[in-house]
Amino acid sequence: MNDEVNIKDMPIDELLELMQDDLYDGYADEVVAEVNEALSRGMTPYEVLTQGLVAGMDIVGVDFRDGVLFVPEVLMAAKAMKAGMIILRPLLAETGAPKVGTLVIGTVKGDIHDIGKNLVAMMMEGAGFEVINLGINNDVDSFMGAIDAHNPDIIGMSALLTTTMPYMRTVVNTLKEKGIRRDLIVLVGGAPVNDAFAEDIGADACCRDAAVAVETAEKLMAIKREKG
Amino acid sequence: MTTGFIICGALGREVQQIINRYGWDADIIGVSAIHHLFPQRIAPAVEKRILAMKAQYARLIVVYGDCGTAGALDETLARYGIKRVAGLHCYEMYAGNLVNDLMAEELGTWFLTDFLVRKFEGTILKGMGLDRFPELKADYFRHYKRIVYLAQNPDEALQQKAQEIAAFLELPLEIRRTGLDLLEQQLLTLMEGSVRNF
Repeated sequence: MNDEVNIKDMPIDELLELMQDDLYDGYADEVVAEVNEALSRGMTPYEVLTQGLVAGMDIVGVDFRDGVLFVPEVLMAAKAMKAGMIILRPLLAETGAPKVGTLVIGTVKGDIHDIGKNLVAMMMEGAGFEVINLGINNDVDSFMGAIDAHNPDIIGMSALLTTTMPYMRTVVNTLKEKGIRRDLIVLVGGAPVNDAFAEDIGADACCRDAAVAVETAEKLMAIKREKG
Repeated sequence: MTTGFIICGALGREVQQIINRYGWDADIIGVSAIHHLFPQRIAPAVEKRILAMKAQYARLIVVYGDCGTAGALDETLARYGIKRVAGLHCYEMYAGNLVNDLMAEELGTWFLTDFLVRKFEGTILKGMGLDRFPELKADYFRHYKRIVYLAQNPDEALQQKAQEIAAFLELPLEIRRTGLDLLEQQLLTLMEGSVRNF
């Protein structure tokens, strides 16, 4: 953000546009200031989320998908988004804002790699999902505990290693044993994971990257809603 | 009978060293190592080399890891009947099962090779955006507990630089000398294989 810009004097549509631009550029401090300014003008937290942060993250997602932005830039945008969400999240909870769905996501047992998983988490949050990010090295109990606690629509599992990706099958099998597999959308991803593996273990889809994860989640959520 | 090696740039110097040692009639043609940051580019980039080279060489051998293609590289090679050095990544080509043993010992192990030490600025700092966004260092490395330098031909300068990298990343460094033996064995086996493989 240009230091000369005074956001207090800015019309609301320009303020939102600036918020989107600053999120795109990864300027966390500026995004925080703009979120606070928008709230101070009477916008609801949900309006700031959707018209500011989500709209900005949408552009990031498209440019990431199209190869205009790369992982470092998207990570910076995600950090800016996160900074804005720290302000909005409690307000959204208070106001009972609508959400697209709930995602529980984690890197599976034996794996500490989380860059891609965190990108998915932030972009899903940017798309309006409530995201419970379990972090790294999650065993089946961790996933099941989160399912019990948060009643998610989607389970996301990530692995970077061929030695750890088979653990995804353990989680899917446990969902089947507990009779809840059909209640959940299961998405998997990570460098060694492909469509054939996803199908083989009984996941719903393999997501090549964070942008694909958002598209897939939205599509499968729409199908889930249609089925009731 | 000239053999064309389609190699990852991270393995070029070492493959050339082995070719020279055996006096093979062979050329090496590189595919950018930086593609491992964009795995979807690897198979198309290798295929482009195959198409450009198959008329000129009696045999092609690929020395590139799967590197996150999720099997796409092997599917491409299978279509042309071309073999590659086995291994998910260059660490495995140099160190074999030791890589898994080290990971089992400490999940948070981050690996270096001679190439990565030599080209740290380009492949890691620039490739991962740390030159532009130094604050991402914590995002990338916070779960790592140690660096293991799988060393091929480590001279004093490389070992010193590996120490500097470890200091920059604030991680302890362990140096394991792998040499080129495992990679060399694989190349020997492939060179003893069929004359024309496509």
